[in-house]
Amino acid sequence: MHSSARFLIEFGAIILALGLLGRFAARFRFSPIPLYLLAGLAFGEGGLLPLGTSEEFVAIGAEIGVVLLLLMLGLEYSASDLVSNLKTQYTAGLVDAALNALPGAAMALLLGWGPVAAVVLAGVTWISSSGVIAKVLGDLGRLGNRETPVILSVLVLEDLSMAVYLPIITALLAGTGLAAGSLTLAVALGAAALVLLVAVRYGRHISRFVSSDDPEKLLLVVLGLTLLVAGLAQQLQVSAAVGAFLVGIALSGEAAEGAHNLLSPLRDLFAAVFFVFFGLHTDPASIPPVLLPALALAVVTAGTKIATGYWAARRAGISAKGRWRAGGTLVARGEFSIVIAGLAVTAGIEPSLGPLATAYVLILVIVGPLTARYTEPLATRLTGRRDKAAPHTGEIPETTAEEPYEVA
Amino acid sequence: MGTPRVSSTPLPGIGVRYDLTTRERRRVSVVAHRDGERTLNAYRTDDPDACALSVRLTAGETTALIDALLPSHHSPNLLSTTELGLVAERVQLSALSYWNGRVLGETRMRTETGVSIVAVLRRADAVPSPTPDFRLAGGDTLIVIGTREGVESAAAILGRE
Repeated sequence: MHSSARFLIEFGAIILALGLLGRFAARFRFSPIPLYLLAGLAFGEGGLLPLGTSEEFVAIGAEIGVVLLLLMLGLEYSASDLVSNLKTQYTAGLVDAALNALPGAAMALLLGWGPVAAVVLAGVTWISSSGVIAKVLGDLGRLGNRETPVILSVLVLEDLSMAVYLPIITALLAGTGLAAGSLTLAVALGAAALVLLVAVRYGRHISRFVSSDDPEKLLLVVLGLTLLVAGLAQQLQVSAAVGAFLVGIALSGEAAEGAHNLLSPLRDLFAAVFFVFFGLHTDPASIPPVLLPALALAVVTAGTKIATGYWAARRAGISAKGRWRAGGTLVARGEFSIVIAGLAVTAGIEPSLGPLATAYVLILVIVGPLTARYTEPLATRLTGRRDKAAPHTGEIPETTAEEPYEVA
Repeated sequence: MGTPRVSSTPLPGIGVRYDLTTRERRRVSVVAHRDGERTLNAYRTDDPDACALSVRLTAGETTALIDALLPSHHSPNLLSTTELGLVAERVQLSALSYWNGRVLGETRMRTETGVSIVAVLRRADAVPSPTPDFRLAGGDTLIVIGTREGVESAAAILGRE
């Protein structure tokens, strides 16, 4: 068969399959990410439908997918959001990092994978999925809840930490020495600080330079700028993803709004390709052996995320129910765990890491929305029973419920 | 009792939340999404951190709600509300109306609902005090006066297709 015809058929079939899976996921109101990963497993090596010519394009598409995921993440937040969250919430960020990254690192060391894989797996278990969580908050009607800003600021800090974390693992994976590695890190940190400063001070000028009334020109300028900066960052070993993230933060106001609307469909396309690519490079047969560690890791890090949310919400003066809700909501892991694992898979360290990350994300992306919904009722029932057993320790619960009658 | 204060909380990645605590110590909030949509929230009394109600509104729906909330409420259908509890309202017959071509008496409006039809507006003309043998047509606007309930049932009868 002619190779370009073969490419179109293969690639078209992949995209069509993803579209149908996305519709299926939307009908049952859950994230399509696990289905995309499963589709990748089904297509790739050792899967049901091995691919030929389109594999190369999928690989490039996946690279663009990561860049766009991070660009859009940067566009979501303004520099002032980031700075004010960093100032007020940094302890929550540190607790989050300690509680959730350490179990991943410990598991990697327990499996005898060495320090680099430990740092990677730490990132996989650390970062919650802001995409899944934002959707769950909307679906459960919790956008107005008082614990929601706490949840969001934990997510903001995690995302900001990526600007530091990604260059570290990029350097580690490239196998550069300590001196070269710390130089890269210094470059990355300097660039991040510089971008934040420039974005806070001169954001309006940058946005005015980029913005355009013509959507076509805006699309091309933003996309071109992002890919260029991402490439340069990669060249400097800072990681393309961080470059894209910083571009997103630097853009603000009207330009960010316009770029957000224009690039969303592109992001959806290439991010889906990225998830498929990740699945493609995971042999389905390699998943069953790592299923048990993945399950154990999922249980432990679901617990530590609930503890993180509980702690952060209590710090913000939220009542017990809201603390449980905040904890349960943060459990979902997703796109960024896969982005981090993807870097390790491309670098070719520890062959079991990819399958473990796949299984881990598959579990938590499905369980996350459920814990968001049911952690609070379950915890309230359990603690309520304990209170009934020892009635003197309980607070006086009924007064608030009667308030409206007093007023009337 | 000072003027009510609305406080705002940024929701990074989503938008801004505006909060209001009423005189009766109930809280309501509005989440302004960046795409222009709004979510209207009211809070539970037994768990003041959680929403009892969370309704997503499009920009158009928000405008309609603002119109209803304004003290000088003036719906396009409502002419005036008197102290006696009577309302006057415009009711338009659709083009497919059951009453198209039938006479006014057939609606048995006064017997059924107690409301009076004081005028019929047809294009630029106004026909005051139409008699029971006045022939209605699709597109006519009837001005009816009666109690709130009466006017509502009149609108239901006239809406028949």
